[in-house]
Amino acid sequence: MAELTYRDAVARGIAQEMERDNNVVFLGEDVAKAGGVFKSTVGLYEKFGPLRVRDTPISEQAILGAAMGAAMTGLRPIAEIMFADFAAVCFDYIANEFPKLRYMTNGQLGCPLVVRTGNGGGARFGAQHSQSIENWTMMIPGLKVVAPSSPIDVIGLMAAAVRDDNPVIFHEHKSLYAVKGEVPDGEILDTLGTARILRPGKDATILALALMVPRALAAAETLAAEHGIDCEVIDVRSLVPLDTNTILNSVARTGHLFTVEENPRLCGWGAEIASIVADEAFWDLDGPIVRITTPHIPLPAADHLEDLALPNAPRIVDKIARVMNGSVR
Amino acid sequence: MPGPNDFGMVWHLGWNHNMREKQKGSRAAGLPNDDIGPDIRLELYRLQVEIRDCEKRANDLFFQNLIKGTSHLSLGQEGIAAGVAVAMQPGDKSFCTYRGHAHTLARGVPMEKVLGELMLRDNGLMRGKGGSMHLTSVEHGVMGSYAIIGAHLPIACGSAWRAQYLGQTDVSVCFFGDGTTNIGAFHEALNFAAIWKLPVVFICENNLYMEYTPIADVTAVEHPAADRASAYGLERIVIDGNDADIVYRTAQAAFAKARKGDGPSLIECMTYRHSGHSRADPAKYRPEGELEKWLERDPIKIYRERLKEFGISDAQVAAIDAESKRKVDAATEVCKASPPAPVELLTTDVYADGGWSWRN
Ligand SMILES: Cc1ncc(C[n+]2csc(CCOP(=O)(O)OP(=O)(O)O)c2C)c(N)n1
Ligand SMILES: [Mg+2]
Repeated sequence: MAELTYRDAVARGIAQEMERDNNVVFLGEDVAKAGGVFKSTVGLYEKFGPLRVRDTPISEQAILGAAMGAAMTGLRPIAEIMFADFAAVCFDYIANEFPKLRYMTNGQLGCPLVVRTGNGGGARFGAQHSQSIENWTMMIPGLKVVAPSSPIDVIGLMAAAVRDDNPVIFHEHKSLYAVKGEVPDGEILDTLGTARILRPGKDATILALALMVPRALAAAETLAAEHGIDCEVIDVRSLVPLDTNTILNSVARTGHLFTVEENPRLCGWGAEIASIVADEAFWDLDGPIVRITTPHIPLPAADHLEDLALPNAPRIVDKIARVMNGSVR
Repeated sequence: MPGPNDFGMVWHLGWNHNMREKQKGSRAAGLPNDDIGPDIRLELYRLQVEIRDCEKRANDLFFQNLIKGTSHLSLGQEGIAAGVAVAMQPGDKSFCTYRGHAHTLARGVPMEKVLGELMLRDNGLMRGKGGSMHLTSVEHGVMGSYAIIGAHLPIACGSAWRAQYLGQTDVSVCFFGDGTTNIGAFHEALNFAAIWKLPVVFICENNLYMEYTPIADVTAVEHPAADRASAYGLERIVIDGNDADIVYRTAQAAFAKARKGDGPSLIECMTYRHSGHSRADPAKYRPEGELEKWLERDPIKIYRERLKEFGISDAQVAAIDAESKRKVDAATEVCKASPPAPVELLTTDVYADGGWSWRN
């Protein structure tokens, strides 16, 4: 058992898989000799050498295209897109190429690769380096979409993503890189498509992802202590596949559902889950499904404005307390 | 095997219409040095004729409403598909575009598999799930046909990277048009291939038009691919794409270079499409007389003369022609008799488990 940062967990997860399988290769901008702009891949170049850990030019299309060509002919590449916002520059691969390959070729070809990317806000980087883009990727059939919230999940889900035969978009949260957590020694392997109940509760279900997970947990403590509301907090972890069983079972027990989403409001992942729950668990509900999201705005750089935009524990507490007390939303 | 200098006239030099005449002159005295040989010549001819006949049939089937959606023919561009494919070895990988019927056929994929896919029947290469723009036959090394301009250049780099990393000797070959040289992925891929010295060969088929706009109207240089080569440390190569011999020799040299570990090549092949961009395009935008001029330089016409020059009999040529027609007819019948794919295919192969499930 060791205490590890989320940042170091990234390197450990990649190293674990590279040690296991020689076909795992890693490429991206500044990832090798420099160890990554977020220092999340330090030591990999030294450990695995220049043939397996490769610095690329600033060519997002070439990075993802090359990863795909390597994946469909036998390697298992991990590609880094430095900031998730840059996915827009190479979105053809994410939207048109990776996820359609197997279907269009009637199963002749597959695309087993992982795209890791620095997602999310809170770092005062402004509108083009702070977005939560998980919903950009969730909407595309053929992709798997993951967003871990803790060091141990980073390793376990990274391992699962690398071993998966599908293209997986792996959203690392930039504001979690410094967060520490206990991580056991030895190999760690998790399962894609599994949500995790982090705090059991009987009164309401809160779904959260990535940076919103610690905030939802903090809010749940306050709601219990100050409002007598016992919330179950679920880390969704994987948007595709989506663990609807865990979510629906929780809602059946609590009768209330809240989502805490960092993405701007429209078409956030919570909207899809709200629709599933409304379709399939309507009679389990004792109140409205309420989504707590970033407003539908670009993110500002100024710290006080960005803090105002992203859901935080006080806002989550306030919203849930008011809804649970039956007052107007 | 000839090195680049043995055909220096096509290597480095600008392409021009007189090139073939010059070449003819050099061979006037009995043609002792046939570096290509009759077997390969006949293969180059057979492929061109079969591609031509199959494409013509595709055109007919389209107008009989038996091919739906769209289709992009390579009529007039057969010399490139044949010349490159004959220079390839089993295991080499082809990355094609929506204008990829020719390249797919050239790797030995049966006509009925190609026409079946164009007709969206169950017997097609992908059982109708991909359609004409995405022909793929992994067993023949056809690693997909891509319909987003430029996307497959980086993908071909990745395949070449895999070969380099695993110490495999196959070459990845990427076909694309003149219009593709103006999209970012082209430039990213060339730089990437050059810095990593990847065993990839980029074949630009310059047919003078993007969709409907002349490439010269929208490009800063005369030769859209070759004039960019120096920016990536590559040789400037422009060749006559309507002469399958020249294509074959140039491709061979590029493949040899790639296999030796000496990195990528970019080959610009001058050619012309005889039909419109896609199925229903009457190509009214072409200046008068342009098509006629190029029909004079029809690659198959050129190659028939070539065979004659090298003493191949009319009977051999006629036999290839007849066999090609027979194959196309037979393939057409197979496709017409094939049912559409079963509806279960709608949701197969979205994910690697064979299904489409995104939740539990
Ligand atoms: C990114 C993108 N932009 C535009 C198109 C539409 N489009 C399809 S084919 C084509 C022309 C391509 O020209 P060229 O590369 O010369 O190939 P050709 O069709 O002449 O073989 C265009 C613009 C596309 N498929 N993808
Ligand atoms: Mg063109």
